[in-house]
This record gives sequence, structure tokens and C-alpha cells, in this order.
Amino acid sequence: MSPSNHGAAARPGTRKLVQGNIALAEGAVRAGLNCYFGYPITPQNQIPEYLSWRLPETGGVFLQAESELASINMVLGAAATGARVMTSSSGPGISLMQEGISFLAGSQIPCLIVDVMRCGPGLGGIKPTQADYYQATRGGGHGDYRTIVLAPFSAQEMFDFPMRAFDLAEHYRNPVLILSDAILGQLKEPAVLEPAGIPRPLPNTWALTGAHNRPARNLRSMYLSGDDQEIHNNVLWEKYNRIEQELPEAEQIETDDADILIVAFGSAARIALSAIRLAREEGLRVGLFRPVTLYPYPGKALRELTSRVNRVLVVEMNMGQMLDDVRLAVTDEVRIHFYGRPGGGVPTPHDILAKIKEC
Amino acid sequence: MVMKQVFGRPETLCDGATHYCGGCGHGVAHRLVAEALDHFGLHDKAVGVAPAGCSVMLYDYFDVDTIESAHGRALAVATGMKRANPSLFVFTYQGDGDLASIGMCETIHTANRGEKITVVFINNAVYGMTGGQMAPTTLPGQKTTTTPLGRSTATEGAPIKMAELMAGFDGVAYSERVAVYDARHVLRARKAIYRAFESQIHQAGMGFVEVLSPCVTNLKMSPEKAQAWVAEEMCAAFPLGLFKDTLSQYEKENAPAVEGSDAHAS
Repeated sequence: MSPSNHGAAARPGTRKLVQGNIALAEGAVRAGLNCYFGYPITPQNQIPEYLSWRLPETGGVFLQAESELASINMVLGAAATGARVMTSSSGPGISLMQEGISFLAGSQIPCLIVDVMRCGPGLGGIKPTQADYYQATRGGGHGDYRTIVLAPFSAQEMFDFPMRAFDLAEHYRNPVLILSDAILGQLKEPAVLEPAGIPRPLPNTWALTGAHNRPARNLRSMYLSGDDQEIHNNVLWEKYNRIEQELPEAEQIETDDADILIVAFGSAARIALSAIRLAREEGLRVGLFRPVTLYPYPGKALRELTSRVNRVLVVEMNMGQMLDDVRLAVTDEVRIHFYGRPGGGVPTPHDILAKIKEC
Repeated sequence: MVMKQVFGRPETLCDGATHYCGGCGHGVAHRLVAEALDHFGLHDKAVGVAPAGCSVMLYDYFDVDTIESAHGRALAVATGMKRANPSLFVFTYQGDGDLASIGMCETIHTANRGEKITVVFINNAVYGMTGGQMAPTTLPGQKTTTTPLGRSTATEGAPIKMAELMAGFDGVAYSERVAVYDARHVLRARKAIYRAFESQIHQAGMGFVEVLSPCVTNLKMSPEKAQAWVAEEMCAAFPLGLFKDTLSQYEKENAPAVEGSDAHAS
């Protein structure tokens, strides 16, 4: 079994045993994070706890907000000044933030939002899930908009993705969401906590810094005159089209000789890798297609791959949400099977192996 | 004969017509804020946070950087800006629904943290932009489109007195209620707004000014009658006055060393 590049083994540098949430928080600091605003919720509390002392060390700002409503709007205000800004939360808090995320998208203000998913609906529980997929990838709040969604599946990627997220957020002037979960947040594993590059904030031409030697600027999402709102929406649409052309990314593991393809992201993909190892020991040729970007979905690559491998097993820790994107991507000739575990259920490798044998 | 201009448009107030109704108090309040921006020389470092409500389009009227905020969230947005860049001068301009109803949680927590932000709160006892519904500051017995029989304190509560409430927070350096129904009160309002600006300039704490203002359209009154209504009915329910001024004490103790105090000179 070739190691996936998620592993720290592939990276130069010193490996350290680190918790996923801490890796993400330190990754954000190394990415040049200026401000963090957040409100406590399990299973992401290690992120604000760590940043509450770590960020001031670097001259950054940490502020515990009175609610997630306040958090996301503090993010909006701080990011509007051109700073690198993030918040983190879990399902119920991310739901409260949706109005603010819609404003961030409409006003084209870049920022990082981290969802360490816990199971719902409602208060639900604190067990892991992937049930916020729809919310993350379909916009989530009101109006026509998209957030770029990255799906890590290791402590290493929890560390690496904030840098990518900020670069993408600034490049496209768009919020970026890292969709993690309770497993990835809480697990401890080796990772190299040394960034692959240095933070490179873009020269800013839109931030609110005071109208010194330039005309006054304004950031807004509302356009009341004539067709201005439609014109604004078409600007956003053109951007989303570019994102869909330029950004889709997936990792393929053991797919060269595969007869059966598992499609899974995040924690489910990790468990699927163990199941694939078991299957290979039994002579079953199974590969993994792991979307790294959930929006934009890497549907074109999946469509090409499934022109060869026409038996697909989609594994998710929900009732079947990414399943929709798989169905949209592949042709009718592909036989799609689904194995889902909602409500905090976590499949074992043997559970998945049994489903592989049904394909 | 040498002519001297004694009255003109403030430089930070944009030229042109506004969308406000004739007789609305927003025009006067906008002018007072612009005068303060000019007086303290803040054009180059001010950011105005617009609320949801009639004054959402203030970004068309002020020649400074501006941002729109979600309904009730102006003070969270302002907090983020000020924390990210403390050298900015950040002010919010909010109505009663925005600040005292949907945004009450942000309002009191921002005050409690003592954010160095200036808040101009326009209280006109009604939801203006959405067409005259009950506001948290609607007077007892006042008829609105959602209290057709008049506001009942038994079922809808009493009007919330924000200037007094804000004065209770240690983080608020200045809290005053003023009105803009005649020239004498407009001058007093200007002084209060200047003091709320100075609360931020001197880093003393939040500066808060509540401005009682006529909404002619939703009161269904002529401008003259609406001004009289503010003077008689609103001022009876919302006493004008200064409710908090730790700024003066702060100035006495800190004045010589305060950074940016030279702004007075401009």
C-alpha cells in the first residue's frame, strides 16, 4: 500500500505528535493569521484555546465573541481591513454564521472558516459526522453564492490547509471553508509543523484602511439601483465559473488497476484506505478517489476515472450528501453503491469491506 | 467688501440629494457626524459601519471608507475592524431596530468590552424602512402597523431606554441622549457627537449618543408636527441628558500623554 501524501512521512522536516485541531491552529498562525474570533463549541475548542495564547505571541488578535453571530461578523469587519482572519466552530455554530457567510461572499471579503463537524440535526451530539456537506458546498446561507471548501484527512493536512485557504481566499476574494470533523480534530498523529512556503498576502486594492491619498471605498452586498444586483451576481457567477475551472482537486490511491472505486472524503476516506488494504489482501482490486476540494467538486476527474472503473462505492458519515455530486459527475453506465452512517456512527474497515463485496 | 463663508457643506458629506424623506432627522444627524469627521480631521482614517435600515445607504453620503453590515451586527463588524486595525477611527450609525432589538446582544457586549468605537444611535420610535412596524423604542399607546391598537406595555413591554442602559457599562466612556427637533437641540446634539468621537480618539472607551429623530412618513405627520411630537411625546418618554461621562475624568488624568490628541488642532 503506497502511503498517501497526507502522511507526514512524505514531508521533509521534524515529525511531531500533534492533535488535529492544534495542527490546524498552528498552521493558521504560520499562514500569517492576524485575527481570530470564535465562540466555544465541542469538538473544536482546542483551536481557540491554543490561539488564545499563541496568536498574541505573534502580535495577532484573539477575541472570544459573545456568540457565533458576533464571531462571523467580527471576522467580516477585521477581514475588510485586509487582515488574515479566521473563525472556527461546529454544526450549530456554523448554522448561526450562515447569514454572515452570505454577507462575506456577497461583499467578496476573503476569510477562513473552519467547521469541525459534529453530528446533528439540532443539538445532536459531539460524535463525528460528515453531515454538514450540503451546508458547506451549496452556499449554506441565503442567496446565490459559493464558498471554496477544502477537506483535510490528516493532521498534516489540518496544518497545511490554512495556508492554502488564505491564499485562495485572497486570490478569489471569497470565503474558504475547511470542512473537518470530530475525528480529524481530536486524533493525534505525527505531522511536520513546518510550512511548505511563506505567507504571501496579495497587494490589496479593496480593503478599508482609511481614504488616505485615494478615493473612499465601500464594501457591500446590496445594490438597489436598476439591474445592479443582477450585474453584481453575474460578477460572482463568473468568479465561481473560474473557480470550477481552476481549482478542483482529488487524490487517487491504488486506482491504476482498480475494478472497484471507493469515493470518500475526510475521515471516511481514511477508514476506506484501511478497508482497501484488507480488500487487496483478499485479492480484490479496489482504489480510492478522495476529493480534496468539495467545492469545486472534482467531477471531471471522477467522470474520466469511472469511464474505466464502472463500479463505485460512495462511503460517507451521513445519509448520502456527496453522493449527489458523484451522481452528477458520472454517466448512467456507472453502478453506484452507497454506504452511509449518520448520527455519529463511524464505519469500521470491515464494515466497508463487506460493502465492497456487495458491489 | 470681503465675503466670508460662515456656513457650508462639510467636506466629508457628499454633495447631492439623499433618499431620506423630507423632514426626516437623518439628514441633520448625517451632517453632524460629517462635521465631527471634519473637525477631528478623520477623513483619512475613518470607517463608517452602515446598519440595515433607512441609513443603510449612508455609504452614498459620507466621503470616507464604509461597509455594510447585516441587521443588528454593526457593532460586531466595528469590533473586528477596530481590533484588526486600532489606528482606524470606527463609527457605527444605527437605528432602533438594528441596535436595540435584533442587535441588542452585540450592543451590550461591545459596550461591556469597552471597544473604542463611536456609536450614533438614531431613535425614531418606529421601523422606518420596512414601513412603520413597532420598534423596541415605540412609545406606550403608539399606533404602528403591527400595533394597530397602540403599543401595550402589558404585552409588548415598555420602550427601551438605551442611553441609560449603556451608561451602566464600565466600558462606555460617554452616553448622552439628544434630539434634533430645533436649532438649540441640534447644537447640543453636535456637542454630544463630538464627545462620543473624543471617547474613541482618547482611547477612553465607547462613545454613545442617542439621537431622538422624527420619522415623518411613518408617524404620518407634517415635518412641523413630527418635530413637535419628538419634543413633547418622545422627550417625555426618553429624557434628554448626559448619563455617563467618565471621558472628562479620563481626559484630566491622561490628557498630556494621549496619542492623537493633536486632532483637536485641526
